[in-house]
Amino acid sequence: MIEAVVFAQAGTSPAGRLLVDFLSLGSIYALLAMGFVIIFKATQVLNFAHGALAALGAFLVASFATVLQVPGRWMPGAPLWLRWTLSVLAALALATIIGMVLERIVIRPMLGEELFAVAIVTLGLDIIIRTITNDFIGTQARPLGDPFGTNVWAIEGFTLIPWTIIAQVATTIVLVALVALFFRSRLGIAMRATAFDQEAARAQGIDVGRVFSISWGIGAFLAGVAGIFLSLFPRRAAGVDQSTAFFAFAAFPAIILGGLDSVVGAVVGGFAVGLAQALATEFLTGISFLGVGFAGVVPYLLMLAVLLIRPYGLFGSEEIRRV
Amino acid sequence: MLRVENLEVVYNDVVLVLRGVSLEVPDGKIVALLGANGAGKTTTLRAITGLLDIHEGEITKGSIHFDGDEITHLDPAVRVKKGISQVMEGRRVFAEMTVDENLKAGAYVNSGSDAVEAAYERVMDLFPRLKERRKAVAGYLSGGEQQMLAIGRALMQQPKLLILDEPSLGLAPLLVQQVRDVIVEINEQGTSVLLIEQNANMALSIAHHGYIMETGKMVMDGPAEKLLRDEDVQEFYLGLRGEGERKSFRDVKHYKRRKRWLS
Ligand SMILES: Nc1ncnc2c1ncn2[C@@H]1O[C@H](COP(=O)(O)OP(=O)(O)OP(=O)(O)O)[C@@H](O)[C@H]1O
Ligand SMILES: [Mg+2]
Repeated sequence: MIEAVVFAQAGTSPAGRLLVDFLSLGSIYALLAMGFVIIFKATQVLNFAHGALAALGAFLVASFATVLQVPGRWMPGAPLWLRWTLSVLAALALATIIGMVLERIVIRPMLGEELFAVAIVTLGLDIIIRTITNDFIGTQARPLGDPFGTNVWAIEGFTLIPWTIIAQVATTIVLVALVALFFRSRLGIAMRATAFDQEAARAQGIDVGRVFSISWGIGAFLAGVAGIFLSLFPRRAAGVDQSTAFFAFAAFPAIILGGLDSVVGAVVGGFAVGLAQALATEFLTGISFLGVGFAGVVPYLLMLAVLLIRPYGLFGSEEIRRV
Repeated sequence: MLRVENLEVVYNDVVLVLRGVSLEVPDGKIVALLGANGAGKTTTLRAITGLLDIHEGEITKGSIHFDGDEITHLDPAVRVKKGISQVMEGRRVFAEMTVDENLKAGAYVNSGSDAVEAAYERVMDLFPRLKERRKAVAGYLSGGEQQMLAIGRALMQQPKLLILDEPSLGLAPLLVQQVRDVIVEINEQGTSVLLIEQNANMALSIAHHGYIMETGKMVMDGPAEKLLRDEDVQEFYLGLRGEGERKSFRDVKHYKRRKRWLS
């Protein structure tokens, strides 16, 4: 696998490689899963376009930072990290708006339809976003032009990979923010109410359209964040390419493992899948009869195993119904 | 004051369900809206609160005014902000959320935190049982407690007019008494009430005025005491004659409802 090769070149020990693989994969899956969960938790929609939105977010960063050079031409003297951060913020803002626009024109008209039908629509959306994004990306990977590249930090004899550390911080912040949103804030309560019973939520004066719009905005934003980490060292230092959307799609086992509607579950599921895949990459890659891409199958195997024991996932809520 | 005039509602562009319904709820009063299954009571409620669209329903004629403003085609959220709240048929609490969270969801339109606090205190005073079960998941409450929660949730909006759709449905006689008393108390605190019921006895015993609906039309209306004494009303809605038949009819209804909630 590409990831394994990258590490061999980085020259870390097997244990270090394993740890980095686990943390970097785990946090990306966790971020992807959380973005998915917020849309599901607020709207009951299974968003199959989430992987495509992740690739789109990464592509936007690549375009803003290296092609359009936002805001380089207006701030020529600014240091690279500042210019890059501004590019990322601009790209994520655009990703958020795209998420909200897609919701408005594609999902909103389906309000009140069968959830199954809406999920199929998101599958179509996935194909459209992926095709268009890949068209723009072309055959070559597009580097994101970040200030760290493949550099590492050497501190007290430890080798730290900047993006892996930053991804852990980002995952933690998003986790805390989403838990606070859902369980403390007025908007989060409205989101959960909307997901449970749209009509009853509207009867309370909750603006269901606004809830849909905001949750798709946040979902697309988080997909973009995950897409960025996915396209940086130590994942794919070369940048975003046509397989990024496909790789992001592999977050589904993590989502289902954690239970579709749990933020904490999304994180646990994300890191569990990250660990399984890291272990498989480390120990199973050389075993020829398993084939080359076997590590990529491991998340799905883990998902099946968990679902056999707990059909609602690790943290998913059973439906509460009472007469 | 709520004033509904000559309302016509059509479902799916073809089914004419309300054929010129008119009614009034004066400020500070309790008005009962009675009628058998399928008479159009819930449809009237949906028209007043703006929730016809998800049911593919549409107002094709007539108008609704509240406090002098026309609200016929306003957004449901705007109507809630204007002071019209509802307790939906079948309670419809957010079963996966706690009692407190349900009340918070009810307070969504109520922006000031002082106002929310005051509304919350009022609900806790009205329903001591809910206070004890504040942290409980709503889906695990008893039917009576869920009805209290549904009413409490609507009160979090501090409505001027509260519309309740069959709040006594599926409750034991003692609980029906409790719901009745609570409605009287809410009304005494200054909230007008439109009480939709099939339990005509209960509704007319507390209402000032009553309307009787049949297949999408008002067939009778008058002061509650007068309706209670009316012979036709007694026969058809109060079950004073032909009691056995009435009773079995109502049982069938409960059975149907229960199945719907389970599915
Ligand atoms: N979404 C809908 N589409 C088509 N017809 C409907 C719809 N909802 C209700 N109806 C029809 O409209 C008529 C009135 O229904 P409504 O629910 O308003 O009656 P109701 O008086 O509330 O009855 P109940 O006491 O059983 O609740 C019924 O004939 C019903 O079948
Ligand atoms: Mg009804």
